[in-house]
Amino acid sequence: MTLLSLENLTVMRRSCPVVDTASLTIDKGEVVGLIGPNGAGKTTLLRAALGLLPFKGISSLARMTPRDRAKAAAWMPQAREIAWPVAVETLVMLGRVPYLSGGQKPGEADHDAVRRAIADMGLTGFEERAATDLSGGEQARVLIARTLAQDCPLILADEPIAGLDPGHQIATLNLFRSIAAQGKSVLVSLHDLGLAARHCTRLILMHQGRIVADGAPAPVLTPDNLHDVFGISAHVQDGPDGMIFQPLEVMR
Amino acid sequence: MTRRIFMPGLVALVLVLFALSLLIGPAGFGLGDSLRALIGGQGDAVTLVMREIRLPRAILAVMVGVSLGLSGAALQGYLRNPLAEPGLIGVSGSAALGAVIALQTGFAALFALALPLAALIGALIAVMLILLLAGPRGGSITLILAGIAISALAGALTSLALNLSPNPFAVSETVFWMLGSLSDRSFVHVWIALPFMAVGWLLLSLTGRGLEALTLGEDAAQAMGIDLRLLRLSVVLGTAASVGAATAVAGAIGFVGLVVPHILRPFVGARPGRLLWASALGGAAMVLAADIAVRLVLPDRDLKLGVLMAIVGAPLFLHLIYKTRRAMA
Repeated sequence: MTLLSLENLTVMRRSCPVVDTASLTIDKGEVVGLIGPNGAGKTTLLRAALGLLPFKGISSLARMTPRDRAKAAAWMPQAREIAWPVAVETLVMLGRVPYLSGGQKPGEADHDAVRRAIADMGLTGFEERAATDLSGGEQARVLIARTLAQDCPLILADEPIAGLDPGHQIATLNLFRSIAAQGKSVLVSLHDLGLAARHCTRLILMHQGRIVADGAPAPVLTPDNLHDVFGISAHVQDGPDGMIFQPLEVMR
Repeated sequence: MTRRIFMPGLVALVLVLFALSLLIGPAGFGLGDSLRALIGGQGDAVTLVMREIRLPRAILAVMVGVSLGLSGAALQGYLRNPLAEPGLIGVSGSAALGAVIALQTGFAALFALALPLAALIGALIAVMLILLLAGPRGGSITLILAGIAISALAGALTSLALNLSPNPFAVSETVFWMLGSLSDRSFVHVWIALPFMAVGWLLLSLTGRGLEALTLGEDAAQAMGIDLRLLRLSVVLGTAASVGAATAVAGAIGFVGLVVPHILRPFVGARPGRLLWASALGGAAMVLAADIAVRLVLPDRDLKLGVLMAIVGAPLFLHLIYKTRRAMA
């Protein structure tokens, strides 16, 4: 079943296309890495797919009512905003907002989802602490936990692991894979190509607003693509548990 | 534990202050006399004072306090800024401008409700201008900028009206009105303010869920199904209706909407939705207390409520800034 389909999605900033006729579909059970250099249009693509920006073309998510969409896809923005010093548990509970109408008290299912999300992100013991007192990486994990608590078939996350330590980066991507194993999917923008190559089931490469490659990691991270899009060379090797990818030099 | 007794505690505080407000005044009746007159009195002087002067005054203090506290909490939650206050979006300034124009042109003297009506019209015009200026998308930055522009314009026009006034008596009357007070109000003021305030309170009370979600920023809130345009409209219209009506009957009273949410935030776990009703009660308690204080501190000099509030509020706010700074270090 398709969880997201975009057809000829185009976003204009003044007269310049920031995302240019992008088409893609996401099925169940995928961890899709959205890669590309700064300014390639990754964030804009994700936001337009959710209907947070005006765009031309078709997005299956943007056609839903806001309430249905909030149950179909969870969104973790790049800006890690936590406005008030609320407790970690309270913040993660915000992921249940789509399921609760105004003034309704969270039920057992909501508490379960929150407990699970907190445990999954290794935040047990942090429940009562003010989220704003945590370190940047810990805050990122709290916000990922909030996204998990929303319990949607699809998660869209904009650079969720930037600023996390290596252990938590790998743990988060492993978690995304186990979510995919449950039949859900994750579309995640990443800058670490090594982690993307190793942990994503599929990569989508963007360059100047266009999708230039879409497929398994090996056929996407070709020397030509790396040179043309990122201007780098890399060492690639097939390891026992997947691809080993190490960027080497700037080629321009 | 402390949170469980917190809201009942606030309710009790408001009730105690309300009772005190009924019992304190220049007429100096005994406790028993006052209560008997209020509940079962038969048109004697004590009954008249209690029912026609002190009761509406105490009720107005509650209404004004609820309006200021509630809209302050809603605006801080919506703008995600602890320095936001109802005055920020220009409603109180514009309501004051409407009142000033009414006082200066003599319109206020035409009929009893002319002054509050003019203030409400001022607030209404301000809201329409702000929503027009802030644009169709639900952003908060444009709202702040529009509010600052409207406030500045209303302030300038108020100064102009005073500057060009041919009548020094009207000037002093205007200046005193702008200081903010609850003395010499009657049930007529209660009835004119109540419908607007009730609408405002209703609109603001519906924003809790959206404000909670906004803790994560506008993008995340919108993706969780919150309609930001509707939220902004509720916050702006709710603030305009309640604070516009409060300014219309009591003049400009600052600091309540700024300080009350700030003081109460730690007691509700910083949750913007819960802060709404806590601030409503806290605002009522603060205005009641201040209105009791103006009668006790200088009983013969008609100390203005707005003046006392600013004198107490500013140092309180400085203290809060100092505490916040220490917490951040």
